[in-house]
Amino acid sequence: MKYLLEVKNLQTHFFTEDGIVPAVDGVDFELEPGQTLGIVGESGCGKSVTSVSILRLVPNPPGRIVGGEILFEGKDLVKATESEMQSIRGNDIAMIFQEPMTSLNPVFTIGKQISEAIMLHQKLDKKAAKERCVQMLKLVGIPRAEQAVDEYPHQFSGGMRQRAMIAMALSCNPKLLIADEPTTALDVTIQAQIIELMKDLKEKLNTAIMLITHDLGVVAEMADHVIVMYAGRVVEEADVIDLFKDPKHPYTIGLMKSKPSLDGNAKRLDVIPGAVPNPLAMPKGCAFHPRCSHAMDICKEKMPELNKFGDNRKIRCWLHEKEGGEK
Amino acid sequence: MAEKLIETNDLLEVKNLKKYFPIKGGFLKKTIGHVKAVEDVSFTIKKGETLGIVGESGCGKSTTGRTLLRLLEKTDGEVYYDGREIYGLPKDEMIKLRTKMQIVFQDPYSSLNPRKTVSQICGEALVEHGLAKKGKEVNEIVSDVIQKCGLAPYHIRRYPHEFSGGQRQRIGIARALALNPEFIVCDEPVSALDVSIQSQVINLLMDLQEEMGLTYLFISHDLSVVKHISDRIGVMYLGSLVELAPKDDLYAEPLHPYTQALLSAIPIADPTYKKKRIILKGDIPSPANPPLGCRFHTRCPYAMDKCKTEVPEFKEAKPGHFVACHLV
Repeated sequence: MKYLLEVKNLQTHFFTEDGIVPAVDGVDFELEPGQTLGIVGESGCGKSVTSVSILRLVPNPPGRIVGGEILFEGKDLVKATESEMQSIRGNDIAMIFQEPMTSLNPVFTIGKQISEAIMLHQKLDKKAAKERCVQMLKLVGIPRAEQAVDEYPHQFSGGMRQRAMIAMALSCNPKLLIADEPTTALDVTIQAQIIELMKDLKEKLNTAIMLITHDLGVVAEMADHVIVMYAGRVVEEADVIDLFKDPKHPYTIGLMKSKPSLDGNAKRLDVIPGAVPNPLAMPKGCAFHPRCSHAMDICKEKMPELNKFGDNRKIRCWLHEKEGGEK
Repeated sequence: MAEKLIETNDLLEVKNLKKYFPIKGGFLKKTIGHVKAVEDVSFTIKKGETLGIVGESGCGKSTTGRTLLRLLEKTDGEVYYDGREIYGLPKDEMIKLRTKMQIVFQDPYSSLNPRKTVSQICGEALVEHGLAKKGKEVNEIVSDVIQKCGLAPYHIRRYPHEFSGGQRQRIGIARALALNPEFIVCDEPVSALDVSIQSQVINLLMDLQEEMGLTYLFISHDLSVVKHISDRIGVMYLGSLVELAPKDDLYAEPLHPYTQALLSAIPIADPTYKKKRIILKGDIPSPANPPLGCRFHTRCPYAMDKCKTEVPEFKEAKPGHFVACHLV
């Protein structure tokens, strides 16, 4: 088995009073053991819904996985029972969230919250779990770990809380770590600390990471392979070096150009005109065509396929359909 | 595109500005200490210039912006606008001055009243200051100004919930522009927006500056955005200005160890780029109990004994390049 995780044509829709919102509409990707996959896109592109779908944590109602497969070590998580999922969550697949302020329970000590998962999955007793807890806190670089384990979340700063979340997520040695905007709520200097920590831990523990972010800089620093999402679909997929050297999809190009660079001296920023389409009224054809400067007639009619280019690259765009695209 | 016109005279001068917030505690709610949000900040802004202020959360950059507009009362120090000390102005003079100084807020969701239409939001101040009559006159001015900000005239009858985040921020900018101000404090105006929308709003702010000769104080935590829009940049840490320089000098040769660390911490969108990253240890100390001496010494990789006791002076190290560090 080559892949740790294989997502095939995943569709997660939300059934709201106003209509069906296709938040994730046919997403495919693979993740090798020990690899870091970056998922980039703007708000509402479906990157977070993809990650909660993998853990089967989509709020139901209104959301539901309506199609596709999520193969984790060959097992389809879409068809797994709730008790099977419970033994996978936290144990094989763990997640860290964007908000370190709200994802810890304020009325329990840090140690209690981390040991809960350890006791449940690793079947350790209270004392052994606490020892493991201290060991994990040391691993993520929390000073005075022996005392910190008995402290409450409000006694921790933002950066320390995110470290505690990482310690919790890694406490059961998961094979896959889903990190949903792990550094977005943090300051630049603290973000740098957390990025270094995650890179370092990945080396040590060989955990595969699914990194969800809107920050191209964070992706460039951490990811091996990247997928770019727009309006619930993958528009481009490539190795990180290829993607940044030679972005192909007009949306990826626009995204890269619209961020002011530190060494550039451009007077004006390039912009992607308009805004993300309303998910209740997706445009016909390619979802990006109303904002695309290269839009052709066919873009308004038919959604392009996600075609393979070479070994490690896929693009969903009519512009690149002709140039040696193969199914 | 025409070069931006920066005049030689200062529009705004801030001298040793301080802002403390009291901490209340105990049964009688007595003041038991102070959060020293802004401590001895001095700078000037020339007419037509953009001064960027960067720093991490809690460094006092927003408090500085608000205190110099008198949205918060100062604790100590002086603020001169066009040569006049604004804290010494009588009430009616201050009200007149408010039309010249405006602010754009960070959060386009909570800074617009959901129960008012765009026309009411942007026109309220016009009516309040007696610059236009309610009804047709206000509507005409508002529809003009929102068109300048990239919205359509028919939008004036709509409510904030009918707009996207980027459009809301355009309404926030239009509200500030309606009074035809000279000086605008932009308090993290693009931080809540997606990258593709961010660039649209930045371009808009720069176009408006050129067209109307505006002066900006641009507050942000995003160093690349600040570099793009500003002429000069000030770096704040824990309530104090640690470095102030023309943008190219600051990025080419940062003198303060905090600025160096901050610049090296930015993730670069180029996977082949290898750089030496300075990782700062620990977190920002609490502003209620800031370290003695240089406030950065607890995290500074070069801290000496002197730094722990003596506050470094904010001095001109090179022409136009100010820094507060014992090393320089």
